[in-house]
Amino acid sequence: MTMQQLTVVLVDDEKDFVENLSKRLQLRGIRATATTDGEQGLEAITRLRPRVAVVDVKMPGIDGLRLLRRIKELSPGTQVILLTGHASTQDGIRGMELGAFDYMTKPVAIEALLDQINKAAGSPRVGDDDRGRFAP
Amino acid sequence: MDTDQPPGRPSLLSRLVRAWAGEEPVRHYKLLRRNITVIMSAVAIVPLFVMVQLNHYEYRKVLWSEVEDPMRVLLNKTRQSFQLFLTERQSALSFIASAYTFQELADGKNLTRLFQVMRKELGGFVDLGLIDSSGVQVSYVGPYRLEGKQYRDHKWFQEVSVKGSHISEVFQGYRGFPHFVVAVRHSQPDGRDFVLRATIDTDMFVSLIRSLELDPKSDAFITNRSGVLQTPSRFYGTFLEQLPIPVPPIRFEPTIVETMDPTGHPILLGYTYFESPSFVLFLIKPRDEALRGWHPFEGGIATIFLVSAGVIILVAHRISTVLVRRIDEADRRRELALRTMEHTNKLASIGRLAAGVAHEINNPMAIINEKAGLMEDLLGQMPDFVARDRFLKLTASIRHSVGRCSDITHRLLGFARRMDVQIESIDLNELVTEVYSFLEKEAFHRNIEVRLELAEDLPTILSDRGQLQQVFLNILNNAFEAVTDRGLVVIKSREQDRDTVAVSIRDNGIGMSEATKQRIFEPFFTAKKAHGTGLGLSITYGIVNKLGGNILVESTEGQWAEVTVLLPRQRAEGPVE
Repeated sequence: MTMQQLTVVLVDDEKDFVENLSKRLQLRGIRATATTDGEQGLEAITRLRPRVAVVDVKMPGIDGLRLLRRIKELSPGTQVILLTGHASTQDGIRGMELGAFDYMTKPVAIEALLDQINKAAGSPRVGDDDRGRFAP
Repeated sequence: MDTDQPPGRPSLLSRLVRAWAGEEPVRHYKLLRRNITVIMSAVAIVPLFVMVQLNHYEYRKVLWSEVEDPMRVLLNKTRQSFQLFLTERQSALSFIASAYTFQELADGKNLTRLFQVMRKELGGFVDLGLIDSSGVQVSYVGPYRLEGKQYRDHKWFQEVSVKGSHISEVFQGYRGFPHFVVAVRHSQPDGRDFVLRATIDTDMFVSLIRSLELDPKSDAFITNRSGVLQTPSRFYGTFLEQLPIPVPPIRFEPTIVETMDPTGHPILLGYTYFESPSFVLFLIKPRDEALRGWHPFEGGIATIFLVSAGVIILVAHRISTVLVRRIDEADRRRELALRTMEHTNKLASIGRLAAGVAHEINNPMAIINEKAGLMEDLLGQMPDFVARDRFLKLTASIRHSVGRCSDITHRLLGFARRMDVQIESIDLNELVTEVYSFLEKEAFHRNIEVRLELAEDLPTILSDRGQLQQVFLNILNNAFEAVTDRGLVVIKSREQDRDTVAVSIRDNGIGMSEATKQRIFEPFFTAKKAHGTGLGLSITYGIVNKLGGNILVESTEGQWAEVTVLLPRQRAEGPVE
């Protein structure tokens, strides 16, 4: 699977941040789509079926963890990387328990994020109909 | 590791000194203690006193009656004896006057015989005489030459003519002997009265009194109603002298009064009046003699009372001292607990605030980061851009600064993260380094050299991260405050023994005196003149204690100070408060 075909959906209520990140990922050949809330994000994910989603934990409306659950229900093949400005091991563990692929703190180095996206994309594929959970 | 008291409890003296220096409200406790002592003592002593007084009073009454009753009995008996004696003599004369006629009695020989019989049978008679109705002594037997003497004008004659009998007072008879006279009148059928008169000596009186067998300090005697002695008194005069004591009012029952004798000594005066003749019988006992049993008793009671009162006051004082000290301690502990809680709360709010702020800041910082990153990406696609290198340097600088901010906020969040106790495995070296990083800037500005000599193989311990951060931050802060600029602070860690690790922070600052060292962990004690609640180290001590550890302080005043924190590898149970 080449990077060219990699689709990633970004979900973060900070418009500046998420659009910027999206642009930078596109410059690196990723088909990145930016959304600014949980609803939009969910819609984009179910439509585009991306390999990876990058989701901010603290958002108004549906917060990151709930969104994660919904994603796992609706598109279990999508790996989710959680982002937050507030690192706490507890939240991390919780996220992993709920099926996130990884947990990163903002501000995030673009290279590190790319690494994780690639790793997530390369992890075993699960069929769209397979609702089984990943082991953390 | 098992003490639960900070070292060096303050003595009362030091507390008083501090109160003097205006640091503590000791005076309020002194007042409380005094009040408790006074009330307790009063409650115990007042009833005791009342009882003692009652006892005193009752016993006195009993003692009194024990003294008085025998006196009364004696007075009665003595009076009866006297009256009997006198009545006997009077009856004898009456008998004779009735049994014999005037003529018979006028005969000297008869009279003499009667006189001798009377003397033999009754005793005490000195003479006997017959006096006719005109007052002439017609016949007489006795030592004086009284035949023919005219008694018509004598008072006693007039009295006996009217009353029928008479007993005289004692008088100085011929030759100076004290005598008294008994006379009876007899009415003959033919209307001619006569009087039979006898003189009796007072020996019988005296022997009657002697037979009372009084103790040597007491006195008994008879006077007439004007106080002229009829019998000799031991202390107050002899026959016919005036009793120097005023005669008390008429009482026919034995009566006892307290009064003073002429020499000023207090005496018990017992007396009783005779109905006839007009005598007064006296019985005098010195009061001290009578109440001889009283004084030791009274003294004993007084001693017991005073000793008891003394003991009560002492015990009350002791108890109230202990009580008040407990109250004081409890108050201080409560104060400390409140302050500690306040402190914890404050930290918690600061923590929350910090977390909120950090989180808020992270987002804009992420944006700055991304924008700068995007700039770099775009510049990457513009190889011909003139200012390309310059711009790349600038964006790199922006990202570097963002990195610094990020470090700071992460550190802050790390510190403020946990307010509840959470036991986890902790690498002390890492924790101590992190804490130091908070003060790095200050160290840099003040040129304080900080050396970290951390044991490489330091085992991890099980403890609470947040509290340990508080502890080391506090100690490190103090070290910084103690040193001057360009001072030296050395942080060391080592494995103390199988179960313990030690972290020590040593500074070459002002150090502390022996006295300060003793009290350094005391609540409210502070060596900082201007500011400082004096609570930081005591709370720190409390935290370390709760974590199952201990803090040691070493110092040489003016040169260095070292604080060592010992922590168990497994978190031991904290001491029971």
